[in-house]
Amino acid sequence: MIWRKTKNYFFITILTLSGIAVLIPLILIIIYVIKMGFSSLNWQFITHLPRPVGESGGGMAHAIVGTLFLVGLGGIFSIPLGIMLGTYLSEFKKDKMAKFLRHTIDLFSGIPSIVIGIFAYILVVIPFKHFSALSGGVALGIIILPIVTRTTEEILKLIPGTTREAGLALGLNRTKIIWHILIKGSRAGIFTGIILATSRAAGETAPLLFTAFGNSYFSFQLMQPMASLPAQIYTYAISPFADWQRQAWAGSFVLIIIVLGLNLSARFFMRQKS
Amino acid sequence: MLESLPCRRMQNRQDLITLWLMRWLAAMIVLLLILLVILLCKLALPAISKFGLGFILSDTWNPITEEFGAFPFIIGTLITSFMALLMAAPLSVSVALFICEICPKQLGRLLGTFVEMIAAVPSIVFGLWGIFSLAPWVQNVVTPFLKNTLGFLPFFQGPSYGIGVLTASLILSIMITPTICTFCREVFNTIPSQTKEAALALGATRFEMIKIAILKPSYSGMIAGIVLGLGRALGETMAVAMVIGNTSRLSLSIFAPGSTMASVIANEYAEASNAIHLASLGYIALLLLAITLIINSFARFIIWKWTPKI
Amino acid sequence: MSVLKVENLNAWFGDNHVVKNISLDYKANTISAIIGPSGCGKSTFVRCLNRIHEEVPSAKVSGAVYLQGKNIYGPGVDAVTIRKNIGMVFQKPTPFPAMSVLDNVLVGLRFQGMCKKTTLMEIAEACLKKAALWDEVKDKLNQPGTSLSGGQQQRLCIARTLAVNPPVLLMDEPTSALDPISTAKIEELMDNLKNEYTVIIVTHNMQQAARIADYTSFFILGDLIEHGPSSEIFTNPKNKKTEDYVTGRFG
Repeated sequence: MIWRKTKNYFFITILTLSGIAVLIPLILIIIYVIKMGFSSLNWQFITHLPRPVGESGGGMAHAIVGTLFLVGLGGIFSIPLGIMLGTYLSEFKKDKMAKFLRHTIDLFSGIPSIVIGIFAYILVVIPFKHFSALSGGVALGIIILPIVTRTTEEILKLIPGTTREAGLALGLNRTKIIWHILIKGSRAGIFTGIILATSRAAGETAPLLFTAFGNSYFSFQLMQPMASLPAQIYTYAISPFADWQRQAWAGSFVLIIIVLGLNLSARFFMRQKS
Repeated sequence: MLESLPCRRMQNRQDLITLWLMRWLAAMIVLLLILLVILLCKLALPAISKFGLGFILSDTWNPITEEFGAFPFIIGTLITSFMALLMAAPLSVSVALFICEICPKQLGRLLGTFVEMIAAVPSIVFGLWGIFSLAPWVQNVVTPFLKNTLGFLPFFQGPSYGIGVLTASLILSIMITPTICTFCREVFNTIPSQTKEAALALGATRFEMIKIAILKPSYSGMIAGIVLGLGRALGETMAVAMVIGNTSRLSLSIFAPGSTMASVIANEYAEASNAIHLASLGYIALLLLAITLIINSFARFIIWKWTPKI
Repeated sequence: MSVLKVENLNAWFGDNHVVKNISLDYKANTISAIIGPSGCGKSTFVRCLNRIHEEVPSAKVSGAVYLQGKNIYGPGVDAVTIRKNIGMVFQKPTPFPAMSVLDNVLVGLRFQGMCKKTTLMEIAEACLKKAALWDEVKDKLNQPGTSLSGGQQQRLCIARTLAVNPPVLLMDEPTSALDPISTAKIEELMDNLKNEYTVIIVTHNMQQAARIADYTSFFILGDLIEHGPSSEIFTNPKNKKTEDYVTGRFG
C-alpha cells in the first residue's frame, strides 16, 4: 500500500513538473524577444527603409508593409475558395469528389512550407524569370487554403441537422440554406479561421526565401521581389553586423506581437461567442 | 435526420449549379496537388537521371564538381527529428495528462492555450532565440555536463560551438510539443468519466487509474499524436536552418554541426550555382515531400483505424 | 372537403419498410393527431407529407399525396417549391443562428421575394400574435433568436412557419422537448390556429391528442390501425389494439 502511494506521489509530481517545465521555453523566448527587441524598437524602425550597412538607423517599414501585401495577396483567392471548399466538405460530405478533396486538403496541410515555396517558384518564378511578389502570394495562398477549409468545415458541422431541415421545410433550396442560414450564421467561427490562417501565413519565412525573395525598398509591383518581415529578420539575423542583428530582434518583437496577438484575440473572440 | 445531400436526387436548378461548381473547384485543388508532384519531379529530373537512387546514399555535396548526394541531409533530418521526438514525446504526454487529469479545469484550459501558443510562434523567432540564447547555453552548460557524464560514447565527443545537431534537436522538440500535446489531450478527453470513476471506485490510486483507464485505451491515439509530431519535425525549416550549422559533412557527435533536407534547401536554393545544383535540391525536396506525406498518411491511418472518435 | 388526401403511401429506409400503405383524408380547419408507440413510423409518415423524408440518402417513397387536389409526388413537381405550401415545426426548436427574432419570422417571406418593409412588419406582427409570442418579444425584435427560452423559441418557429401562410401545418412532437407551461401555451394557440389552417400533429402524449385534436390516427409499426374522431378513439375504439394502447396496456 505504501509502495503504491509512493509511486502515485512520484508520478503526480513528475506530471506537475512537466506541466511547469513546458512553460519555460515560451516564457524564455518571450522575455528574450521583449528584452532584445523592445529597446531597438523605435518609430524609425516602423517607418523607415533600411540604410546601407554601416550606417545606423533605418528600419523595416517596407518589410511590414510587404508582409501585409503578401498575406493579402495569398488570402484574396484562398479565403473565399477555402470557405467554399469547407462548405462542400461539410454539406456534401458523401459526394465522391468530397472524399478526394478531404484527403487532398489533409495532404496539403502536411507538406513542409519550403516545398510549397519550391512549387510557387516553379509555377511563377521560372516562367517570368525573376522573383516576384506574385509567387510569394501563391505560396502563402497554398498555406492559407487548408486552414480556412478545415476550420470552415468544423464550424459548419457544429450546426445541428434540424436547422437545415427547418430551412427545407420553409421551401428553401440547399444553396439558400447554405449561404443565408449556415454561412451567415457562422460568420464568427469562419472569421476566426481566417485570422488563424493569416497569422500563420504572416509568420512564414521558408517559402518566401526564393519566391518574393526580398527587397530593400517599398514595392507594390506584383512582378517584382518584395520584402517581408520574416525574410528580412532572417537576412539581418544571420548577418555579421550588430546593428542589423538588433533590428532583427526588433522585427521579431513586431512579428511576435502581430502573430500572437491575432491568435489570442481569435481564440478569445470565439470563446466569447460560444 | 438530415446530414448530407443525396446528390442523385437533387432537382433544383440552383442547387445543381452550386454542386457542380463546388465539384469543379474541388477537382481543381486535387489537380493542384498532382501538379505539385509532377512539377517537382520535373525540376528534379536532371538530378534523378544523373544520380539515380544512389543519390540517397551518396555523401558528396560539391557544387563545383557537380557531385551531389543527399545522405548527410537525410541522416541529419532523421537524427534531429528522432532526437526531438525522444525528448518531446514523454514531455508532451505528461503535460497532456497533467492538463486533463491533475490540473483544475480552468487552469488546465489556460495551460492548454499556453502550449498552443508555442505552436503560434513563428519559426524564425525560434531560430533567432536559438542562435543567441539557446546555443550559448548548450555550449557552456549542456555540453560540459554531457561530456562529463556520457563522454565515453562517441556521440558526446568532439568540440562544440553551440550551433549543431543537439541545439537543433532541442528547438525542434520544443516546437513539436504542442502538436503532440494537443492531440493527446483530445484523445484523453474522449475517455468517458464513468470509466475513470469505475477505476477509482475499485480503490485505485490516481496513478493507477490513469494507467488503466486512460493510458491503456489510448496507446494508438498517443502513437498517432507522436507520428504527427514526427511529421511536423521533418518539415521544420527555419529554426533548424539557423542553429544547425549547415555543413554537408557527416559526424557522429551530436555537438557537431550538421544539416537537414529542409535546411539545405533553405540555405542554398536562392543562390544555386548551376542547373544540376538546383535539380539536386529539387530531388531533395521530392524526397522530403515523400517522407512527410508517408508519415502524415501513416498517422491518419492510425487515427482512422484505431481511434475513430477523433 | 379534404385539403390533404393521402393515397397508398409507402416509405422505406433502404430495405426497411417503415410506412405501410397508408391512406388518409384530412379535412380543412381541423386538428388531427397521430399517436402510437415509438418507432411506428409516425414521424416518417408526416415527413413524407412535405417531401422531407426523401432528403435522407437511403429513403424511398411510393404513393400519392394530394394537396388541394394536386399530387405533390406528381411527375415534374419540384420538392423545394411544394414545401412552401406545407409548414413544418420540429421537435427541437430551431431558430436560425445569428438571425434576430424578426429576421427569423420573415425568412420564408424574404425568400419568396417580398421586400416591402411595411407589409413585412405587418405580417410579422400578425404571425407573432397568432403564435402567442408578440407580447413577449415586441421589445426584443432585434435580439438574436437564440436568446429566447425554449418555449419561446418553439413559438418563434411556429410564427416563422405561419408567415408563409401554408394551408397545412405539420407538427412533429412540437412540445416533447418543452416544459409543461410552454406546452400548455402551445396547445392553447393550436386551438386558435385551426380557424385558419389545417394542423396535423404527431405526438407520443395521448392526453395531448385527446385534449386538442378533432381526429386521431393510431399507428403501429407503419400500419394505420384505426382513424376517427378523437372522442371515439379514446372512449370507444373499434380495434382491440387501439383499446389496449389507449388504456395503457402496452406502449
